[in-house]
Amino acid sequence: MSIFEIFLYILLITTSIVLYRVIKGPSLFDRIVGINAIGTKTILMIVVISYVFERPSFLDIALLYAILNFIGSIVISIYIERGGVTE
Amino acid sequence: MIEAIKLAITVAFLLAGSFFLVTGSLGIVRFPDTYSRMHAAGKCDTLGVSLMLIGFIIYQGLDLVSVKLILIILFVFFTGPVAVNAIIRAAINSGHKMWTVEGWKEWKKERIESSEGLNDTSG
Repeated sequence: MSIFEIFLYILLITTSIVLYRVIKGPSLFDRIVGINAIGTKTILMIVVISYVFERPSFLDIALLYAILNFIGSIVISIYIERGGVTE
Repeated sequence: MIEAIKLAITVAFLLAGSFFLVTGSLGIVRFPDTYSRMHAAGKCDTLGVSLMLIGFIIYQGLDLVSVKLILIILFVFFTGPVAVNAIIRAAINSGHKMWTVEGWKEWKKERIESSEGLNDTSG
């Protein structure tokens, strides 16, 4: 067992703490912020997994996930603000 | 010996980063308002991700893999607060209400009065 596996469990616990706000959240914006935070933690989880299994090519997936997370948050906020993605 | 020192520094950075991540998650759950929850999410996540990835860079040394890690750090550092800022702007423009102390006191007073009324009718 690698020592990095402990941090994988810490990240899983952190994700489940935020998942409470995503499920319970009173407004839509709480849910979006919770999903954004979960996506950020998923990037870290993929990096830690790539060190646990010693596969450096997983880091490309982490970089891709960061880009997807950012674009998802921006598109959802623009959709709510203007009522549509296009002008 | 050098390997052990490197691993110790790495674990220290990882512990610091996971501390900030846990603190940010508790802030997202425990703060009373959407805007203060976003404040917790935007800052703590960026700092925690940066610290944990710096720990992995120290463990890795300088090669192509650590360049990828530096790219992830730069991307999260620039885009995380921007995404939260866009969500906050959407919330303000769609008229989401802010938490105030006066509103909270009023809500608490109403709740106490309604519970006292319930006690009077039941007792």
